[in-house]
Amino acid sequence: MSSVIQLRNLQKVFGQTRAIDDVSLDIQENEFFAMLGPSGCGKTTLLRTIAGFESPDHGKVLLSGEDITPLRPNKRSINLMFQSYALFPHMSVAKNIAYGLEMEDLTKQEIQRRVADVMDMAHLHEFANRRPDQLSGGQRQRVALARALVKRPKVLLLDEPLGALDKKLREQMQLELKRLQSEAGITFVMVTHDQEEALVMADRIALMKDGRVAQLGSPKELYEQPNSRFVADFIGSMNFFDGTISGDRITLKNGTQLSGVVTADDMNHGTLAVRPERICLHREIPQDADNRIQGVIEDIAYHGQDLSVHVAVANDAQRKLARISATLAEEQELKLGESVWCSWTSQHGRLLGA
Amino acid sequence: MRSSSRNMLLIAPGLGWLALFMVIPCVLIFMLSFFERGMYGGVDYNFNLENFVRAMDPIYLGILLDSIYIAGTATIVAILLAYPAAYAISLSPRKKQTTYLFFIMLPFWSNYLIRTYAWIVLLNREGLINNGLESIGVISEPLNLLYNEFAVITGLVYNYLPFVVLAIYSSISKLNPEVREASEDLGAPAWKTFLRVTLPLTAPGVAAGAVFVFVLSIGNFITPDLLGGGRLQMVGNLIYDQFLSARDWPFGATLSFILIGIMMMLLFAQAVIVNRGQIEKHEAKEEDVSSMNFSRQSLNEKEKSYA
Repeated sequence: MSSVIQLRNLQKVFGQTRAIDDVSLDIQENEFFAMLGPSGCGKTTLLRTIAGFESPDHGKVLLSGEDITPLRPNKRSINLMFQSYALFPHMSVAKNIAYGLEMEDLTKQEIQRRVADVMDMAHLHEFANRRPDQLSGGQRQRVALARALVKRPKVLLLDEPLGALDKKLREQMQLELKRLQSEAGITFVMVTHDQEEALVMADRIALMKDGRVAQLGSPKELYEQPNSRFVADFIGSMNFFDGTISGDRITLKNGTQLSGVVTADDMNHGTLAVRPERICLHREIPQDADNRIQGVIEDIAYHGQDLSVHVAVANDAQRKLARISATLAEEQELKLGESVWCSWTSQHGRLLGA
Repeated sequence: MRSSSRNMLLIAPGLGWLALFMVIPCVLIFMLSFFERGMYGGVDYNFNLENFVRAMDPIYLGILLDSIYIAGTATIVAILLAYPAAYAISLSPRKKQTTYLFFIMLPFWSNYLIRTYAWIVLLNREGLINNGLESIGVISEPLNLLYNEFAVITGLVYNYLPFVVLAIYSSISKLNPEVREASEDLGAPAWKTFLRVTLPLTAPGVAAGAVFVFVLSIGNFITPDLLGGGRLQMVGNLIYDQFLSARDWPFGATLSFILIGIMMMLLFAQAVIVNRGQIEKHEAKEEDVSSMNFSRQSLNEKEKSYA
């Protein structure tokens, strides 16, 4: 696999804020890449820099090894699907899709054939003569996608592609987009603030914070092996046990000693991060458990397939969360106010710096 | 319905005002145009179409065509000046836009006559422009800038330009900037983006501004009188003369009626442009989930079929 997009030491400053702060990334061919992060983390600026709408203060953007940093968006073999879709309101669906091809040196027949093909693919034929304001949100999204794909770009950028759709349609389009990407053989680079969307769709995710890449990896790596408290907190839900670290052990304020996987050297103060689904609850003290801590059940939330049990631990303001399956919950018959032991194996806890 | 009766109550004052001072005078003018001038300047109430025949006389028809020509030229010049200005303002930072618009509207706060007289000072043979050009040696003889078509068109453009800028500005600033970016992203150079996206989408603003300048220009009689120096007559002057000098109210009414007719046609044309394309909206619903899927045929296969 070779890199289709290479970002080298990109920097962009708006006034006082560093929107992009020394970002270097390699995006592989045929990859579904997601840039994830809270609003203001620089992900959209990064996407617009790749598209050519923002020019970086420092650094380079390379497309298939060629430096495209000085090129305008109309000279790049990259297309962007805008968050608002940005369809041309005065043109029909067919005209919208043909627009990009009319800018290339193509014959009328060639344009017509490619427009017809892409409309077949996106099931847009019956809407060919409609205007964007006569379409539903989902139909508009398909027009925007068709309009970008018909150009056969090397890379398709998607800015919050599913943001404007309702929940049910969104879930369905997640898989649809992923399938389309692998079939079309085009690199997709998506920006999203929705971690679930990124986990479901992307091959790799760059989780961003304050203009920097906080962690880069597959969805599983980001979920199972977060390298910082920020990543652990942003992706999914997480329990944190703050304390003093020495070796692979952490001592909490209440004196309890726990152990976990060491992620960096020289950590003094830090936290142990444990996923809620890794925690087991017991009425009796689990003698042979790697880690155990006692607490009181403060809240039980019913989700159908499982339950969230909130446990208050002595000398710790943060309530701990355990997710247990419905079947197990029925056997255990946990009640509010009950005293319980939480336990987990050491390999499921990660020691992270403060 | 309570809300509709409350609506009527809110509409009533404005509607009443228009009915009283706009519709009734128009009806009176319409009726008056079918009568004839009395011996001593009054109105003889016998119905005939003489006035309309008279209005088709080459003298009057010529004045009407001149007026259309002058108002049309003023309109084109105003649009050409206003569009770049409005475009530039809409691209500037939000906070500055208000300031720029304030300065665009500023001349409008002074009296129309004073502004028109100011142009006499600027344009006459001993005026600022002629003196300036002579002192730097560009011309040896003063130019005839005043009391001609040029002066009238200049005055009209100057007076109505702010409104055109506002009309065009409002339609440009309503434009989603991502639409222009999309055009560039799809490979269009800047001039194509302008011709195929920006201009068509701001056409309603241009049409509103154009109709505004044209309608106010063609009926104007102060500017042609002062800057045309009486040598140049537009329909407005002709109507003014019929009512105030010739005391021929019925003929003045006929000319007014023709002018109103032209304006109505233009306003109608503008409404058509603004509504163009806004055909009956189909109720756009999410279709059946199964048809949402992209077809299973891969793009790669398509690609191969081209070869």
